Amino acid sequence: MTKTKEESLQGELIKNFRFLDGKITVSRPRRMSAEVPPANFREVLEYAVDKLSFTMLCAITGLDETANLAFIYHIAREDGIILNIKVAVDRNNPAIETITGLFPGADVYERELVDLLGAKVEGLAKGSRYPLTDDWPAGEYPLRKDWKKNDTKEVTNA
Amino acid sequence: MHKVVIPIGPQHPALKEPESFSVTLSGEKIMKFSARLGYNHRGIEKACEERTYVQDVYLTERICGICSHSHSTCFTQAVEEIAKVDVPKRALYIRTLVGELERIHSHLLWLGVAGHEVGFDTLLMYTWRDREVVMDILAMLTGNRVNYGINMIGGVRRDVSAEQAKAILKAMDTLEERTKYYIQVATQETTLIQRLSGVGILSHKDALKLGAVGPTARASGVNRDVRRDDPYAAYSEVKFKVITDDHNDVYGRTLVRMGELLESYSIIRQIVKKMPEGPIITKVPRKIPAGEATSRYEAPRGEDMHYVKANGTEKPERVKVRAPTLANIQTVAKMLEDRQLADLPIVIAAIDPCFSCTDRLTGIRQTGKRKKNVLKWEELHTYSITFYKEHGIDFTDLNKKMAKALK
Repeated sequence: MTKTKEESLQGELIKNFRFLDGKITVSRPRRMSAEVPPANFREVLEYAVDKLSFTMLCAITGLDETANLAFIYHIAREDGIILNIKVAVDRNNPAIETITGLFPGADVYERELVDLLGAKVEGLAKGSRYPLTDDWPAGEYPLRKDWKKNDTKEVTNA
Repeated sequence: MHKVVIPIGPQHPALKEPESFSVTLSGEKIMKFSARLGYNHRGIEKACEERTYVQDVYLTERICGICSHSHSTCFTQAVEEIAKVDVPKRALYIRTLVGELERIHSHLLWLGVAGHEVGFDTLLMYTWRDREVVMDILAMLTGNRVNYGINMIGGVRRDVSAEQAKAILKAMDTLEERTKYYIQVATQETTLIQRLSGVGILSHKDALKLGAVGPTARASGVNRDVRRDDPYAAYSEVKFKVITDDHNDVYGRTLVRMGELLESYSIIRQIVKKMPEGPIITKVPRKIPAGEATSRYEAPRGEDMHYVKANGTEKPERVKVRAPTLANIQTVAKMLEDRQLADLPIVIAAIDPCFSCTDRLTGIRQTGKRKKNVLKWEELHTYSITFYKEHGIDFTDLNKKMAKALK
């Protein structure tokens, strides 16, 4: 039986990054996911982009997994294969590195993670926030699971 | 030269939606452009987590008024993938049909707006009149002009009858003839060509680097289309061309959208002809097993992506939406670099922005010291009447006259 494209991409990744063995799944044609430790995230991402031609960044999803905050980088190839690279970081120090060097378009996706989940994106250039309002109270992250909408203070018009 | 910073928005007569731009000018030339988004942020992703999958289909449909079907299809696809549901073929065909009709209405709408932004309002009047043809078809098929509500988890809500199919084909003929005329206008009318050519340039390299999607990317020679690259619904069973162009400017974006209109007519004809008989929906349990899925959809404005994570209950753990405008807005700064201020409206319009999609909470809350509760509709109505009275505007006499006239 010949290997599918997804399987050979999986093999390629495992060959270069031993720690990924058993961490990559192919859920259906054109859909792959990998769980990567934060320390190795950068090298895996760069390898996937430069060597395996995952040249498109579709989005970055932020997840609240109670103990951890996880970030999924959805990157895609021209032939429609998506690789979801998941990185889990400690909730009390949710620090990730910016990927705007690889994908300048990631800027706004990373700002969203900062606003809605309280991620600390290292290296992200200064700029206006997105998508919350300028007077949004500090330390309120609406997409965290313990956040309830009534927690916000009433904003009154001056 | 002295630099001037002009704020445009969030509320501005020339903008159709709330967004805020800050433009630094030197004379008439744009030196720097920055956008502040989020004025339409409604917290839909959080709201999805608090509602059931069935409710979320309707909620995601309301992310956007124009590409409503795009979002609900993208969401249902993800849920169906997690639940491992086999959606009946006929339902997939109907989804594709509505999706393409939506593209037609969106592109015709865009063409009108583009005409308006460059002072060619005749084009606006013409295209929006023709757009009514496809709006009528959508209303006939789904019961609504926008927010069709055709999608359900496991299939679609309404079937297409033989008479309806006939009406669709007839409408396609009318629209094709009209579109060919617009192509003729766009390729021969000097004023239009000169106004759009060389405006809002986005090079192929920049389009790739900034992650542009949809017609904006395709007009810069980026040969990408989710319908072909990552086929969903019934797209693997129809033939169509992905329209690209290498003008890299607003003119190219116009040509791409018009070319896509012709392809849509052809796709719809194939869909109507090949639509298999059978059921239109399968029953899906309300509880969706734990799992996750990434779903993509080629919306009229470009790639729409939803990520859904299920936890085995009736409600999703997480729903993430990335609408096409969020991917495209970042190209605008590049397009406006070193350009004239007068080009700004058409350049922004040329990515066909949709900020509702992008920002994805609405509630009218009474502010001030008196009460702090959410207003009901009647209260809001009374409030508006007293507000205007306090400001010296009284409609009582007019209302009486109106009531008399109606009798």
